[in-house]
Amino acid sequence: MRVALFVTCVNDAVYPATAVATVTLLERLGVEVDFPPGQTCCGQAQFNTGYRRETEPLVRRMGAVFEGYDHVVTPSGSCAAMVRENYPRIARKAAAEGRGTELGGIAGSLVPRVYELSEFLVDVLGVTDVGAYFPHTVTYHPSCHGLRTLGLGERPRRLLEAVKGLELRELPGAEECCGFGGTFALKNPAVSAAMGTDKADSALTTGAEVLCGADSSCLMHLGGILRRRGDPLRPLHLAEILASTEAEPHP
Amino acid sequence: MSGTFVGMPAFPEAAREAVGNSTLRANLRHATHTIRDKRARAVAELADWQQLREAGKQIKNHTLRHLDRYLVQLEESVVRAGGTVHWAADADEANRIVADLVKATGEREVVKVKSMATQEIGLNEALVAEGISAYETDLAELIVQLGHDRPSHILVPAIHRNRGEIRDIFREEMGSWGRPAPDGLTDSPAELAEAARLHLREKFLRAKVGVSGANFMVAETGTLVVFESEGNGRMCLTLPETLISVVGIEKVIPTWRDLEVFLQTLPRSSTAERMNPYTSMWTGTTDGDGPSVFHLVLLDNGRTDTLADEVGRQALRCIRCSACLNVCPVYERAGGHAYGSVYPGPIGAILSPQLRGTASEIDASLPYASSLCGACYEVCPVAIDIPEVLVHLRERVADRGGKGHRLEKAAMKAASWAMDRPAVLAAAERAATRTRRLHPKKVPGTGAWTAGRELPELPEKSFRDWWKGEGR
Amino acid sequence: MAGPVRSARGTGGSSRDRILARVRTAVADAREAPEVTRAYLTSHTPDDPAAVLDLLHENLAEYRALVHRTDAEGLPALLARLLAEHGSSTVLVPPGLPPEWLGEAGPERVQDRSESTAAELDTVDSVVTGCALAIAETGTIVLDGGPDQGRRRITLVPDHHVCVVRAPDQVVASVPQAMARLDPTRPLTWISGPSATSDIELDRVEGVHGPRTLEVVLVIG
Repeated sequence: MRVALFVTCVNDAVYPATAVATVTLLERLGVEVDFPPGQTCCGQAQFNTGYRRETEPLVRRMGAVFEGYDHVVTPSGSCAAMVRENYPRIARKAAAEGRGTELGGIAGSLVPRVYELSEFLVDVLGVTDVGAYFPHTVTYHPSCHGLRTLGLGERPRRLLEAVKGLELRELPGAEECCGFGGTFALKNPAVSAAMGTDKADSALTTGAEVLCGADSSCLMHLGGILRRRGDPLRPLHLAEILASTEAEPHP
Repeated sequence: MSGTFVGMPAFPEAAREAVGNSTLRANLRHATHTIRDKRARAVAELADWQQLREAGKQIKNHTLRHLDRYLVQLEESVVRAGGTVHWAADADEANRIVADLVKATGEREVVKVKSMATQEIGLNEALVAEGISAYETDLAELIVQLGHDRPSHILVPAIHRNRGEIRDIFREEMGSWGRPAPDGLTDSPAELAEAARLHLREKFLRAKVGVSGANFMVAETGTLVVFESEGNGRMCLTLPETLISVVGIEKVIPTWRDLEVFLQTLPRSSTAERMNPYTSMWTGTTDGDGPSVFHLVLLDNGRTDTLADEVGRQALRCIRCSACLNVCPVYERAGGHAYGSVYPGPIGAILSPQLRGTASEIDASLPYASSLCGACYEVCPVAIDIPEVLVHLRERVADRGGKGHRLEKAAMKAASWAMDRPAVLAAAERAATRTRRLHPKKVPGTGAWTAGRELPELPEKSFRDWWKGEGR
Repeated sequence: MAGPVRSARGTGGSSRDRILARVRTAVADAREAPEVTRAYLTSHTPDDPAAVLDLLHENLAEYRALVHRTDAEGLPALLARLLAEHGSSTVLVPPGLPPEWLGEAGPERVQDRSESTAAELDTVDSVVTGCALAIAETGTIVLDGGPDQGRRRITLVPDHHVCVVRAPDQVVASVPQAMARLDPTRPLTWISGPSATSDIELDRVEGVHGPRTLEVVLVIG
């Protein structure tokens, strides 16, 4: 099984620990992971802000970089959703505008091979107990793209519940958006911060030590709010919790 | 507050103001959370909800695809049943038609059923300009009208008001419109509803002309349908001699049988009830029962523009249930007025810029008034993919290169250029991480972020450098 | 990408013709919409008249209608009692209400004549009618202006409406079953409980403009 890690631009530049944890976890589960260095970004920010044409070179790059891999795994619900939901749309519009079927071919080839991390673990590898150890109280925020676009459902929670020493606390209003929303955070900062503040407050009511998510950008937004207020709650990506073991606990 | 949306600031500014208003935030939070939980329970009762949703979507798609045929059939059916059909290309024409019809009756006042279409065209103001008083009879519309306010929700236009504010409006304003509020009126909802009952009853009993919209029009039979709760709709549709209904052309459905889908999905999505208290269906006029004169005004007002857009036309499937508003985290915090339209919330963010175009500042900002969380799409009873349309409209706004978008486009192009060159990206990452200790607290251009949040701390090296360093 | 061209509102031709022409232009390139698939259920309730009746009773009551059960023989006494308990001295009677429903005694009968004004009806205490049918799953009564129901206004203006439903003939389980039995050429009024509003803080209040008290009598057999 040839598995490529699609690291995402945010993880690459800002949260490499999440990407390293993903590699550690997958290798521990016997997966041979490759990181094709030609990868950069899926184009989500451009596309969602209304710059579809500017996204097309990135679609081509994604197609070329991940050609030939059985599975492309990414520790990001929103980037997986971008490929799965929007690449076919970009392709359809390009075709309608008379620019051929090339993008359609890329989308058709990529879409069935791209997996968000928890999907890959549960659906492809068939594991929920990944042998992790994390002796902390945790509350889980399911980001919107994972929850609604990908339909991750209970997968992340089942993975967390199997972690030794971990106590999972129910997050009130879990399905509500945290307010990051890509460029929404910059274009509507007041509403975005209000949403993030409410999400942070509800996470604090759980009394958990760790706020876990499967999307680094949402964690960046919530972490920024928590740190600004000096709240005693640490944002942490799901991959980092699952990579943690008794032999090599999370720092 | 003025009663119009003209000259609204762009959404982010209006929303910032609303976010700072703690009373409004509390009112909206309480209301939206109450109704959203109730909706979920009402929908969960039906095992075939997804099939009903799919059927609703298909009925509307099919109708829109053949809208010319169904409008002509509707016209024939209504005329056959004793009604008269008028066509209005825009708001001005619709207002003129209605004003002329009212004047022809010799009356100087009309009672109104809550209608989004008449709000959209500003009918009340147009009638007042012609010397005709238009009395809103829905409780929330009455609150809005007496308070010289604007609606902020599709279903409950006064959702931004709490009981204390409503009591004050009734006490101060009712007297100048008719029967004053009872002495010693408290803020109990039952008393407030009773005050409205007394105030409006005299208007209902003497009204000669009623004005309504409609939720559905059946092409096959010529039947119009109005869903309501209070009975004010029945009053306006039954007691007057003349009834004038102003309805958007997208409200037509082909067959009588099609109604069985929406009779199940609309009440549960909207008021979260198995069925709303009253639904009226009428087909033209009936001898000796109800209005003897019936006029239907079919309204375009930007709908055919919307229909022409392959992605955007799905917004015309909307049955105005307001479920999307009630689950929207942005609406909950920004409030309805920030959307600068009678159609607030997620559906408003895709409907207004299509009906009105994106030339004004408020309309150009609406497609961005969303975090694309998808909660609206999930609850929509006709499966309008609102996030898809929002992004599609952003493209249209960005293409126009209006205020702020030229710079943004350049930045996006530059980002795409760099992202298409991994070596450039890697160099940029290294430059950033090398200088991470020197970064000032406020990096230029990040004000929108740092106003409410800390910036993340940059790592010592990027993942790609770590991977290379591992010697893999 | 160019958005749709915003038309100048020309003055040529009628608005009807222009709107229809604009519709045709707008959908000219649209793909054919598939035929509607009606995979939804025609009923959510077991096909058992007793269960359907119980569900109707339960749903009517949940929306604050007062529900009573009786048989044909007990109907006149029950109606007399309900009117007496409401303190009614006048009752509106539709032209074709079966005469045996309201005995000789009881409140004064008021006929709804075409020259009666709404204000006159407003002084009447109660109205008694039959119905076209009732829907169990939604707790709904449908009136179609038949002879035992009268004009729409008589069930609207008085403050107390007593509606008689003949079970099992007039009771259906679901909305689709109801639609198949109703005549769209008649004016239809669907009633699910007394009038209500949730316009104040989404806090439901029963009784606004329609009858504040709705009583439903289920006549069995």
